[in-house]
Amino acid sequence: MATKLSLNLQIWRQAGPDKPGKMVDYKLNDVSPDMSFLEMLDVLNDDLLQKGEEPVEFDNDCREGICGMCSLVINGVAHGPQKGTATCQLHMRKFKDGETVTIEPFRAKAFPVVKDLVVDRGAFDRIIAAGGYISINAGGAPDANAIPIPKEYADEAMDAAACIGCGACVAACPNASASLFVSAKISQLALLPQGQPERYRRATSMVAQMDAEGFGDCSNHAECEAVCPKEISIAHIARMKRDYLRSVFK
Amino acid sequence: MAEEKAKLWSSVGKKALMAVTGLLLVTFVIEHLLGNLLLFTTDPDPFNKYAYTLMSLGKLLIAVELVFLAFFILHMYSGLTVYLSKRKARPDSYRKSGNAGNPSKKTLSSTTMIISGLVLLVFVAIHLKTFKFGPHYTTFVDGVEMRDLYKLVYQTFAQPLYVFWYVLSMVILGLHLRHGVWSAFQSLGLHHHRFTPAIYTFALIFAVVWALGFIAMPIWIFFDPLNVRQDVLNLM
Ligand code: HEM
Ligand code: SF4
Ligand code: FES
Repeated sequence: MATKLSLNLQIWRQAGPDKPGKMVDYKLNDVSPDMSFLEMLDVLNDDLLQKGEEPVEFDNDCREGICGMCSLVINGVAHGPQKGTATCQLHMRKFKDGETVTIEPFRAKAFPVVKDLVVDRGAFDRIIAAGGYISINAGGAPDANAIPIPKEYADEAMDAAACIGCGACVAACPNASASLFVSAKISQLALLPQGQPERYRRATSMVAQMDAEGFGDCSNHAECEAVCPKEISIAHIARMKRDYLRSVFK
Repeated sequence: MAEEKAKLWSSVGKKALMAVTGLLLVTFVIEHLLGNLLLFTTDPDPFNKYAYTLMSLGKLLIAVELVFLAFFILHMYSGLTVYLSKRKARPDSYRKSGNAGNPSKKTLSSTTMIISGLVLLVFVAIHLKTFKFGPHYTTFVDGVEMRDLYKLVYQTFAQPLYVFWYVLSMVILGLHLRHGVWSAFQSLGLHHHRFTPAIYTFALIFAVVWALGFIAMPIWIFFDPLNVRQDVLNLM
């Protein structure tokens, strides 16, 4: 039986969208290293409720790394210290007894704080609505291999399609750029035959929406790729740029 | 046309502009170091002749200079807008900031581009004032009268403070190039799973070699191991 951990938590508390927020200290004892990070927060919230205090608000749903709801910047890193996983897949065994752990919301102008650690990622939905689809009636699922697609293209498109829309790329980017997310959504269609007719129009309208939402520009720090729970490559950002620049000559 | 203009100043367009202008400035930096190599010889003539040949291009040289000036301004302007967009996009910064590590390319170099860029701006202004618009010494090479820039350089780099500022600026140039050279390719969409790691490493090597090259020259002249300065400055 692994020994239990005592943690000094520093958590961002903010009562509402336009309220001032601040870091608040909490001490949490008897944390099992087998707990997930979100279960640790559940225990903290139980404690707070028993003491009659307001629990810490945070987003989550599937708790298995597929829905993209969980967020959190842990010790300054989006989704915490473990590579290729979302916050919900992070376990407390990654932390040391007595460690101070800071927990902050994803910070970006385009992701306004709703409460505590919950932010509004509606900007992503509006970017998808601007062109992240194909405008034909797709009908039922097509037969496999009815349209031949080279394996490298299929693999690359699948890698892009792994994006769960969590927004960690924005949170980690020093410029709060949404380029990794937008490029993944452009790439997954740009690589497949069904995506071709609207390919260049899609790139321009999704980039225009991204800019209108108030995300920053991309400086190629590649910090996004390092925090992405699906390890989406910045190669997709380059493809987005190629498609966008090509659209100027179309 | 209006649509093309909007695209140019979009987040993708302005980075492409910055990359093209930045790479053109890099070609200038490449050429400039190669020219400087002539300052390592004890004979002033080859360097002065090289400068004379450039200057005798006349109108063509002025045209090239104007293109560089325009690109320099466009590069600076797009750099400033990227910096301002970043400030606006995250008004409330993290109380604790961290680094996610590999495969991140966030480095001291990448996070200080605006600072290194502004230092380079000041450097270029001082550099032009000292040399291009500096004192006009003359010399004769093969009977042709020309500007003695070799002498001006040897005179300038006898001043410890000037040498210090120059060396510091060239360290900062190295910092700007370390991220800038690989970043420009990515900004233009030139990414390849095999070539990109090579470009990233090349950018590091290029930045270090070129910075060291520019640093070696003032230090060589300051310490003047071959006692050239005495002759050069007594010539007149
Ligand atoms: C010798 C002069 C210079 C050279 C050779 C140079 C070269 C470059 C290159 C190649 C890039 C990469 C472009 C890209 O990321 O797509 C770059 C980026 C940048 N340059 Fe320069 N530059 C010079 C002067 C300046 C000056 C005077 C400024 C002043 C504002 C500046 C500001 C910037 C900034 C802020 C970036 C980064 C932009 C970003 O983060 O996305 N540079 N530079
Ligand atoms: S690219 Fe990665 S980090 Fe960004 S939204 Fe998609 S899954 Fe999340
Ligand atoms: S809660 Fe669904 S991805 Fe973390």
